[in-house]
Amino acid sequence: MNDLSASLPPETGRRGKTQPMRWARGNGIRGDKTIRFTFDGRVLEAHPGDTLASALLANGVRLVGRSFKYHRPRGILSAGPEEPNALVELREGAQREPNSRATVTEVFDGLAATSQNRWPTLKHDMLGANSLLAPVFSAGFYYKTFMWPASFWEKVYEPIIRRAAGLGRAADEADPDHYEKATAFCDVLVVGSGPAGLAAARAAAGAGARVILCEQDSLTGGRLRAERVMLDDRPGWAWAQDTEKYLRALPEVRIMTRTCVFGRYDGGCFGALERVADHVAVPQAGQPRQRLWRIVAGQCILATGGIERPIVFPDNDRPGIMLAGAVRSYVNRFGVVPGRQAVIYTNNDDGLRAAADLHDAGVRVAAIVDSRQPSSTAAQAMARQVGAALFAGGAIAGTTGHTGLKAVQVRDSAGKTRRLACDLLAVSGGWNPDIALATHHRTHPVYDDALNAFVVSSPAPGLHLAGFAAGALTTDAALAQGDALGRAAAQGAGSDPATGCAMVLPRAAEKEGYAIAPLWHALGRAGQAGKAFIDFQNDVTAKDVSLAAREGFWAVEHLKRYTTLGMATDQGKTANVNALAMMAWERGRSIAQTGTTIVRPPVQPCAIGALAGTHRGRHFKPHRLPPTHDWAVEAGCVLTSNGIWQRAQWYPRPDETSWQETVNREVRSVRSSVGFCDVTTLGKIDIQGADAATLLERVYVNAWRKLPVGRARYGLMLREDGFAFDDGTTARLAENHYVMTTTTANAGAVMRHLEFCHQCLWPGLDVRFISVTDAWAQIAVAGPRSRDVLREIIDESFDLSNEAFGYMGAANVRLRDGVGGRLFRLSFSGELAYEIAVPARYGDALARLLMRVGAPYGITPYGTEALGVMRIEKGHPAGPELNGQTTAHDLGMGRMLSRKKDFIGRAMAQRTALCDAARPTLIGLKPLHASDALVAGAHLLPRGAPADAASDQGWISSSAWSPTVESWIALGFLSHGPQRHGEVIAVHNPLAGTVIEAQVVPPVFVDPEGSRLHA
Amino acid sequence: MRIHCPYCCTRGVEEFTYRGDATVRRPDLDAPEAAWVDYVYLRDNPAGPHAEYWYHAAGCHSWLVVRRDTRTHEIFSVQTASEVSEA
Ligand SMILES: [Zn+2]
Repeated sequence: MNDLSASLPPETGRRGKTQPMRWARGNGIRGDKTIRFTFDGRVLEAHPGDTLASALLANGVRLVGRSFKYHRPRGILSAGPEEPNALVELREGAQREPNSRATVTEVFDGLAATSQNRWPTLKHDMLGANSLLAPVFSAGFYYKTFMWPASFWEKVYEPIIRRAAGLGRAADEADPDHYEKATAFCDVLVVGSGPAGLAAARAAAGAGARVILCEQDSLTGGRLRAERVMLDDRPGWAWAQDTEKYLRALPEVRIMTRTCVFGRYDGGCFGALERVADHVAVPQAGQPRQRLWRIVAGQCILATGGIERPIVFPDNDRPGIMLAGAVRSYVNRFGVVPGRQAVIYTNNDDGLRAAADLHDAGVRVAAIVDSRQPSSTAAQAMARQVGAALFAGGAIAGTTGHTGLKAVQVRDSAGKTRRLACDLLAVSGGWNPDIALATHHRTHPVYDDALNAFVVSSPAPGLHLAGFAAGALTTDAALAQGDALGRAAAQGAGSDPATGCAMVLPRAAEKEGYAIAPLWHALGRAGQAGKAFIDFQNDVTAKDVSLAAREGFWAVEHLKRYTTLGMATDQGKTANVNALAMMAWERGRSIAQTGTTIVRPPVQPCAIGALAGTHRGRHFKPHRLPPTHDWAVEAGCVLTSNGIWQRAQWYPRPDETSWQETVNREVRSVRSSVGFCDVTTLGKIDIQGADAATLLERVYVNAWRKLPVGRARYGLMLREDGFAFDDGTTARLAENHYVMTTTTANAGAVMRHLEFCHQCLWPGLDVRFISVTDAWAQIAVAGPRSRDVLREIIDESFDLSNEAFGYMGAANVRLRDGVGGRLFRLSFSGELAYEIAVPARYGDALARLLMRVGAPYGITPYGTEALGVMRIEKGHPAGPELNGQTTAHDLGMGRMLSRKKDFIGRAMAQRTALCDAARPTLIGLKPLHASDALVAGAHLLPRGAPADAASDQGWISSSAWSPTVESWIALGFLSHGPQRHGEVIAVHNPLAGTVIEAQVVPPVFVDPEGSRLHA
Repeated sequence: MRIHCPYCCTRGVEEFTYRGDATVRRPDLDAPEAAWVDYVYLRDNPAGPHAEYWYHAAGCHSWLVVRRDTRTHEIFSVQTASEVSEA
């Protein structure tokens, strides 16, 4: 035994060379090609096929990062996505990506990786002193330590904790890469490409199903690449390679590698993230960095394998302590030995495999510590085979080595402890089936006492678990189960049962054993000196779990939140079961009684960029452009957003120095001569059918039956609760044919409302609707000379005189150049005005035509701002007045409500409180001093009243400088408003702290008699 | 969630707009105010099977009555609202 306590053997002859720990090619490595990458600025070599973890190990780098709270030196624990320790920053500048798992990061030529959460360097981390503050950072520290005084939290504690505890740094600049989204459909989705997954995909495809096989790794094969399993006298990985090749040749099979299925959702939907270009320096032109898939599958087979559990013992987190299965991955797949002298610590026969693989790779296996007493015959045989000392019923009582493992303290079954030198400790506490996807959607896992792990006993309909995910312990069992479920799933998805033919399955050469005897804590309560980590990523120790138990936070959901167990980016994949077992033990209950928390998507971290896809920057929402957009931009307009529409706000001239000057000019031109404005954005709904008038009667408050053909009418719609919903004009074009306009904002909502009224309330009505908003370009031509301009455009056979085509007229017309259109005599400005509609493709030409023929009249294009000023001058309510809180009475339209018919909102509009005269009602306001600006949102108070809520009598909804009145004007709502015309009130703007005196006036500032309108 | 529209086949939920309880019936105009308050404001929120209105906004513009379990999102049946209203 003495030789075991000797120091490590000298390094082999490769000392000084690159990749000193690379012992062979490995089945997943292209050893003929060498690439270079950097870690903390140091240039290192690797081979294509390496992960960052395998490449670091090949170069003898064991210290990779510092832990979250205590800044403990950490290395590489696993060889897969469950990695809690080896988190690094990848790339630089705008592409810097923190918290990347080295175990799933493929190395490429030029990759720059940096350790994180250390200062100033990884080896000499000043913040390692956090370990001394351990009592402060124990379970529940957020809740206890920093409760008092409250002000200290923000100023003192939080900044300190933020600096000391943490992970990597996000990039400071916008992500320059592109992400996209795609949808795929299949009969059978297979997740995982180990023996079970490949067999399942092969069987499902053979049975005629359309198959998608997703593998999160870059290579298929799963554990067949990590283990030295022989299938029919060939390496298991070679069978995987052949099967993949066979599947790729099938037309209805799609194999997606580097694609992690991260979530299971309703209706057979799965979310998956394809890492399209994470493994190259820069995506190719036109290639996204990552692609977010929605996969819609009839049936799904989860062949996700398992995740190995660490063992909880003091100082179990040093670099060099690694899961036994991960050790085999590095040895077999990557051709890398993670150490030169190893100790194996296991509670099951599977862990022993690491001894054989290491031994055959030339690593000295000093000892096998088998917690089982007596140990299995397999353990005894293995110890003999590799020449290792066997400690049956032994335990690891502690470890040494500050930035890397140097020795372990082995306690034998007699209680005697000795020191064994080693730089690698391969640990196996047994395996958990990876059932995360099966438990999404609130399927609760159950504890299986035989397997000593949580399983899903009754998966959701259409979901099947195969291989180790279903508890299959051998490769043969996984192959057989995958094969059978593949066929079953194909049939479940509708394939003809006769199609499926049994396929020949390979057989594993060796007998694989498990024989686990659970070991949840190596030393029990007595041995809790030193930090025994359960959750490596969040630095949660066995002590923290004990503390939570003592303090009453023993329910699993409390345990999780009190200790932060399982709440890191790894979701506690290697931690949760050990913690639950620990809690069960503390409470003297079974693990089944203790229960487990449910997990949610994503099973692996997913970049926000991928979830956003192309919806970022100006593509966050679509833009809608009115038909005159190009012309308006040529004309020098300033654009504004109106919902998703981009509209001309005003058209400045070079000599104008402010937008106000421009808008004043536009308004004056309309009121004195003629102007035009694109009003295409108003919703337009074509309504046809014998019962069209009946439908209009029921959705509008006013009467519609008697509207003659060739006329339009203003209509107001309420919601069923009696408040105003939308307004607009509807024209009758023929006996059973109407065209309705809605406000721009409510175009979609009104359409949905009409369909609801028809289909859900009155399906017997013979009426149909279609949105024609995009079909017609509609331009308002307004001003006293508008008729003169239209005479130049409309075919001369059409009589435009006031007598023949009066206010509210509507007609199909033909333009002089033959284009068919529609003409409405509508006015939003209060002037003589028309709206002319032509098929949308002629909108641009119509704008140019108006400019040409209108030139002699000084025609002026105007934007939304002048439009708004003129509608305020005329007192037309718009969005700020129809704000969802105002009634027809409030808007001064109470008398429009028909008493002769039922309509949407009638019953509720009659409620006493909604008819109260004290309700704020539409009024106009003019400041006593014309230049006193009135601001929308200001409160209306009686003159001299204190500016408090009790005195508040209303508000301003819209305001503008009126070049026509030459004063500020406003529309607003005032209690008893219509009875107070002439009264001077106070307008209080609490934001600016100003009070302005203004006179209450009728809400029409221009042409109250309507003589211009009817000219 | 995916909804089987009788006109458009099975489509993703993002094509649909939710409205809510499809079991309420619009009262007559002269019904007591309490009946109207019920209709406009009060909704049951069952954990389990429920009938709901969904609108196929990005499809055929049909209003549908979808019967589904609010706990599991399992859909039992989909009918057009006009078919249900006329029955
Ligand atoms: Zn549809």
